[in-house]
Amino acid sequence: MRNSIFITIFLLFFAILAAGLYTNTKEIQSPLIGQQIPIFNLPNLNSGSTLTNKSLPNEPYLINVWASWCLECIKEHNYLKNIQNINIKIIGINYKDTRNDALGWLGIYGNPYQFSIFDENGSLGLEMGVYGVPETFIIDTNGVIIDKFVGALNENDIRTKIIPQILDSNSNKN
Amino acid sequence: MIAYIGYFLILLALFNISLLIVSRPVLSKTSLDYNDLILSTSKLQFPLVLSSFICLAISFVIDDFSLRYISSNSNSALPFYYKISATWAGHEGSMLLWCLILSLWMFLASVYSKSLEPSFRGTFLLIMGLLNIGFLAFLVFTSNPFERNISIPIDGKDLNPLLQDFGLIIHPPMLYMGYVGLSVVFSFALTCCIKQDFKKEWAQWIRPWALSSWAFLTVGIALGSWWAYYELGWGGWWFWDPVENASFMPWLVTTALIHSLIICEQKSMFKNWTILLAIFAFALSILGTFLVRSGILISVHSFANDPARGAFILIFLAIVLGISFYIYFKNSSKIQDSFSFKLISKESFFLMNNILLVTATFTILLGTIYPLVLDLLGLEKISVGTPYYNAVFLPIMTPLVLLAGFVPIYLYFRNQAISKMYLYVLTSAIVVLFLSYMSILFTGEFNLSVMIGYIIFFWIVINLIFFTYRRYNDSKRFTFLSNSIGMLLAHIGLALFVLGATIVENNKIEKEMVMSVGDSIKIKNYNFTFSNLEEFEGPNYKSVRGEFTVLKDGDEETILYPEKRLYLSSEMPMTEAGISPGLSRDLYVTLGNIVSNNKWTVRIYHKPLIRLIWLGAILMALGAILSIVTKRREKSSVGVVLEK
Repeated sequence: MRNSIFITIFLLFFAILAAGLYTNTKEIQSPLIGQQIPIFNLPNLNSGSTLTNKSLPNEPYLINVWASWCLECIKEHNYLKNIQNINIKIIGINYKDTRNDALGWLGIYGNPYQFSIFDENGSLGLEMGVYGVPETFIIDTNGVIIDKFVGALNENDIRTKIIPQILDSNSNKN
Repeated sequence: MIAYIGYFLILLALFNISLLIVSRPVLSKTSLDYNDLILSTSKLQFPLVLSSFICLAISFVIDDFSLRYISSNSNSALPFYYKISATWAGHEGSMLLWCLILSLWMFLASVYSKSLEPSFRGTFLLIMGLLNIGFLAFLVFTSNPFERNISIPIDGKDLNPLLQDFGLIIHPPMLYMGYVGLSVVFSFALTCCIKQDFKKEWAQWIRPWALSSWAFLTVGIALGSWWAYYELGWGGWWFWDPVENASFMPWLVTTALIHSLIICEQKSMFKNWTILLAIFAFALSILGTFLVRSGILISVHSFANDPARGAFILIFLAIVLGISFYIYFKNSSKIQDSFSFKLISKESFFLMNNILLVTATFTILLGTIYPLVLDLLGLEKISVGTPYYNAVFLPIMTPLVLLAGFVPIYLYFRNQAISKMYLYVLTSAIVVLFLSYMSILFTGEFNLSVMIGYIIFFWIVINLIFFTYRRYNDSKRFTFLSNSIGMLLAHIGLALFVLGATIVENNKIEKEMVMSVGDSIKIKNYNFTFSNLEEFEGPNYKSVRGEFTVLKDGDEETILYPEKRLYLSSEMPMTEAGISPGLSRDLYVTLGNIVSNNKWTVRIYHKPLIRLIWLGAILMALGAILSIVTKRREKSSVGVVLEK
């Protein structure tokens, strides 16, 4: 009896670690997928004016969570600029940052965002289940989150997932 | 060419050590002794792996970018000393370093084990050899540092700028010396289990090995913390990062082990428990390797995520742990072990120490694994951070460190009237409370955490001073120090560490603001002036360097030079903090980002007593080393003691 309990614990422990090994943590679906964007009321990073859910675009777009202290964000920044160049709108959430740092950072690396929501204490990030910066969400016409990416975007993600899903969502509208 | 030799040597090493398995059935038919073979193979292993390691280092120095490992971790503009340290900066090279250190420990174990019975020694070295096979196979089959590029790049990608640092040159070797040193203790404990005995002399033989692994681990962890402090630019010294936890868990269990070994040696008790601790300590160090190398936990130490590597380590860990537990549960009941002692005795206090340390280890293990479990069940993604550890870890550690101040007192008074001890403890408690309260009045406002920190510090220090004074007074000679100087030093180190950690966490000042050249700011009695800003070029980076003049009460104290660097080949921006270290406080300035013309975000920290954290760690390691040295000397005078 004592042995079997022990063996069960032993096997369970290794099963968990093995399962962790073969689950791509990047691709685990967020429970937020299929849900509306949480209600928020936060300042605009640049102007300080109030932003609410009504400020968001009426077409498919991306939400990108970024911060000036995040090194990974620099990696994906050029991709974001490319996405913006093909007329896909990107809304930024400036996460747990200071306004001066954030504006300085945009000054250096360029600003691909329609606007950035200034989420100073991370309250919106918390509601959206952000656990690491950068994160990117795809939002459809109805304001529903349809996909989520954790970590810096790469070309492959953009070509095979982001652009097709945005186009899909766009054609559904028409 | 040199890389070929290196690769050949590592294969030769794997072949050499594999002889242990292959030759067993063959040798049994001849008159040759299997134990002789074990001895010679285990001695030969070290020169083989060392030569291979040197080959890799030379390949780095001569910029052999045909090797994939070198082209992705070095660059022709990298300074010479970083080219050497880059040898173990990436995954493949650090595994080679791991194998090198494992073979070094095996070499030492085979040289210094002459006093053990031949059959015991044979089994002991055989187990070390089998571990060697596992790690070398891992190196050769999943992480070969001598793998070639298909096309040879003109230049390398450069070493990660975070790792271009003195701290990193010595941090991994120290840590690995500790991790891998535990393999000696583990093999020894398993051999005891197989031989169904754990004699006093054996406990005495293995303790210096456990102590030296522990000392290396302590130094390794402290170096990691020091490196994070000045290199990451956040001013913190411990982040409860999964990788830090991975090194801290074996440290805690080894701390328990070096205490339980004392009881093993002196009272012939806790034998099974000690064996189990040794198995756990080593298993946790492999688990740490797994967590770091497989990339299943998100952490600042990001190594390439390759499931094949993770799978190999996991299977290896399952085999090692499975076999160890099998042997343990089959044999442990046959080891004569008495577990009867009085409620208040040296043994019971040491048991308490062990229980607290093991509990603390499991809370950390839980905090490290829990996010993974939740994630797998698809519940949610969380990261377990400082609040959890503060809530669960500190309450367990507080009684533990208080014990460190009490046990020496108990040991001194144990043969005297119990009222004497009560009287002393009462007096000491009053003095400690008084001193703690006075210290708080002098340093700031009342704060319960700080108060507890001071109480722990004074409690340990005053009791140890009293202990030393009385022991000296009784004999008028310092001979008693020969078996307690190590303990005294290590526990004083612990007290200093607790003091430093408490004060810096509660009384630090962190300011973040926008400044341009000419601006000043006052923090406590320090006046920081942003006096200059200049650009310059380093060997493989461009840099903007700020100059901050610091005045203390109007007199010039120091000038700090925080930097913002951009590494050319990786385009990675890096922050170099400007730090003025001091025993009583550190001043710490980092340049953030440029906001507009000449305006920079600047972080300025005042960190009181932060140096005590590392000083404490150094004293702990020093204490362990002194224990080994004095024990050896004492051993040679055992005859004299027996005559008395």
